[in-house]
Amino acid sequence: MIRKIVLPGSLVGDKSKLPGKGTFREGENIYSSRLGILEEKGKYVNVIPLSGVYIPNVGDTIIGVVEEVYRNGWIIDIKSPYSAFLSIENSPWEMGYGETSKYLKEKDIIIGIISNIDEAKNIDVSMKDKQCRKIEDGIVIDIQPSKVPRVIGKKGSMLSTIKRYTGCWIFVGQNGRIWLKGEDEKVNLAVEAIKKIEKEAHTFGLTERIIKMLGG
Amino acid sequence: MKDGLRIDGRKPDELRKIKIEAGVLYRADGSCYIEWGGNKILAAVYGPREALPRHIQNPTKALVNARYNMASFSVEERKKPGPDRRSTEISKVISEAFESVIFTELFPRTTIDICIEVLDAEAGTRCAGITAAAVALADAGIPMRDIPVACAAGKVEGVVVLDLTSDEDKEGEADLPVAIAPRTEEILLMQMDGHLTYKEFEEALELAIKGCREVAKLQKEALLRKYSKEVE
Repeated sequence: MIRKIVLPGSLVGDKSKLPGKGTFREGENIYSSRLGILEEKGKYVNVIPLSGVYIPNVGDTIIGVVEEVYRNGWIIDIKSPYSAFLSIENSPWEMGYGETSKYLKEKDIIIGIISNIDEAKNIDVSMKDKQCRKIEDGIVIDIQPSKVPRVIGKKGSMLSTIKRYTGCWIFVGQNGRIWLKGEDEKVNLAVEAIKKIEKEAHTFGLTERIIKMLGG
Repeated sequence: MKDGLRIDGRKPDELRKIKIEAGVLYRADGSCYIEWGGNKILAAVYGPREALPRHIQNPTKALVNARYNMASFSVEERKKPGPDRRSTEISKVISEAFESVIFTELFPRTTIDICIEVLDAEAGTRCAGITAAAVALADAGIPMRDIPVACAAGKVEGVVVLDLTSDEDKEGEADLPVAIAPRTEEILLMQMDGHLTYKEFEEALELAIKGCREVAKLQKEALLRKYSKEVE
């Protein structure tokens, strides 16, 4: 399989195709709007970005950092151009008005789900889900958001490989933050593996090299 | 002009030597370094990121904020540091050129910051700056209709020539920097210094666009060189 890199303004399809993600139609033709890898799915032409900031979508699970504490909720930094808001109704705790600082303080880290985005890009985060929680131990590292799909791998294959060889608990947020927990040495090894994946994200035979690195 | 060749031995429609490298800065979202003749320019792109202070935010689209700056050591006589009349004007026209190709409506309330630092200047810095900034924007993964490109033409000793050097710029009769979107050849920026007849102007514009097309190829090569390493 040859992966084709396209640049902004590259011709990626004609009138028989439909413009998907990262593309736009001008006249009859479809052009790429960003730098990425070309992918054709049925009638749609998509461009998978190779760089860029995290743009939130409803339903994404993210790792956020509390930026500010208000009386009715928290402002959460989700590593995107827009800060998100977690209101007390969307938090998993029962509390009264003004009791927010008892549960989450500034710089606390949480796992949340993007629950709503309005047209002005005001973003709401919810913590009403089984996997949502406050992160109290382990470490959180940052990677480029465009490399997240590669760290997870096809159907989670890459992630389960790392988990199997290191025995760490790993959670990958869609926004490019990764939470790891386990023995110190194993965590360091897992971090190294993730950094390697980030650096060589789109090369072939990466899984084999990672397995070798982890001592498989 | 001697035997149809210019002061530095180039033909009238020949560009200076250009070297472009994408992704040179670690902390910027996208970056590019260009060497164009004697020009050495570094461009960095940050964003889209939250626009601050909040009152400058536009609820319908992203702001495009270019900043052209010349280092004090970039010219023969020390330039007083900081923005002046000239660099403020260039920053403004560059911002507007990029605004028309970027899909700003995808990122309301944000800003896209473009920094163009001229380290060494030898005529045609705004064209080289736009060319570098366009590569940096693509490197930063910002959605655009096209990768803009710029090139200048001018008139020296009565002959219309491409890509003026510093001496030609000083002694020549006219200078015409042009920025285009190479796919549609839509003009994004055009300024003129000096005088040209209508016929000469048409000739110079055509020559500048021809130069732009050549530079556009180099831009694309630079981007592919960086990313094909990653993709294999």
